[in-house]
Amino acid sequence: MSNESVSPMMTRLEGDAPEIQVSLDILKRGILVTPIIVAVCSVFAGMDGAISAVYAIAIVLINFLFAAGLMAVTARISLGLMMGAALFGYLLRLGLIFLAVFLVRDTSWISLGALGGTIIITHLGLLVWELKYISISLTYPGLKPSARKSPTNQR
Amino acid sequence: MEALIHIAAAAVDPADAKKANAAIGAGFAYGLAAIGPGIGIGYVVGKAIEAMARQPEAAGMVRTTMFLGIAFTEALALIGFVVFILLGL
Repeated sequence: MSNESVSPMMTRLEGDAPEIQVSLDILKRGILVTPIIVAVCSVFAGMDGAISAVYAIAIVLINFLFAAGLMAVTARISLGLMMGAALFGYLLRLGLIFLAVFLVRDTSWISLGALGGTIIITHLGLLVWELKYISISLTYPGLKPSARKSPTNQR
Repeated sequence: MEALIHIAAAAVDPADAKKANAAIGAGFAYGLAAIGPGIGIGYVVGKAIEAMARQPEAAGMVRTTMFLGIAFTEALALIGFVVFILLGL
């Protein structure tokens, strides 16, 4: 560990961007659960619910990818810029989500209940699902738990 | 001014007033719901940048945790947004 003071404005991060990996994982899992969510929404709100659910899942996944891309690009320039991108990106993404919903609010196929519920459930559900894998491998490679060596798993 | 008050009184019927109140409430809900996550994201990112500047070799882990922290914090704003679209959009 270095005791030298490092300026966040001048420091930049090279190498792979973990945000991109995380968001691609989330994207894969989102595509996996899409049929289930669409089926549930179609039970409650019919065809409109199904289409709204697909639209909501697309909003959530694009939001994740956009956030990750913004941070990955700016981290290569400087940490200060990454901070700015995280903060203004939050406002920008909220604005884009608002715009995406505002543009379709009066269309015949929209079901606002299904859209809103799907946005919240998909966002939180995918995050919790991803968190499970991230927390397991956070200490990789030194302390990554092994299924065979675990003392609680000697059956 | 008095004329405006008369016009407003004439134009407002109870159904419109209810809609207007719902829209105002939804706007407040969305605005207030966005403030908290904004503060939270600022705090998360600020601390993460500090950690990465101090210890660049741990940047990967910090960035992963930061990204998830931002996403969880943003969920609060999305909940506010959903209340907004259900109440008053």
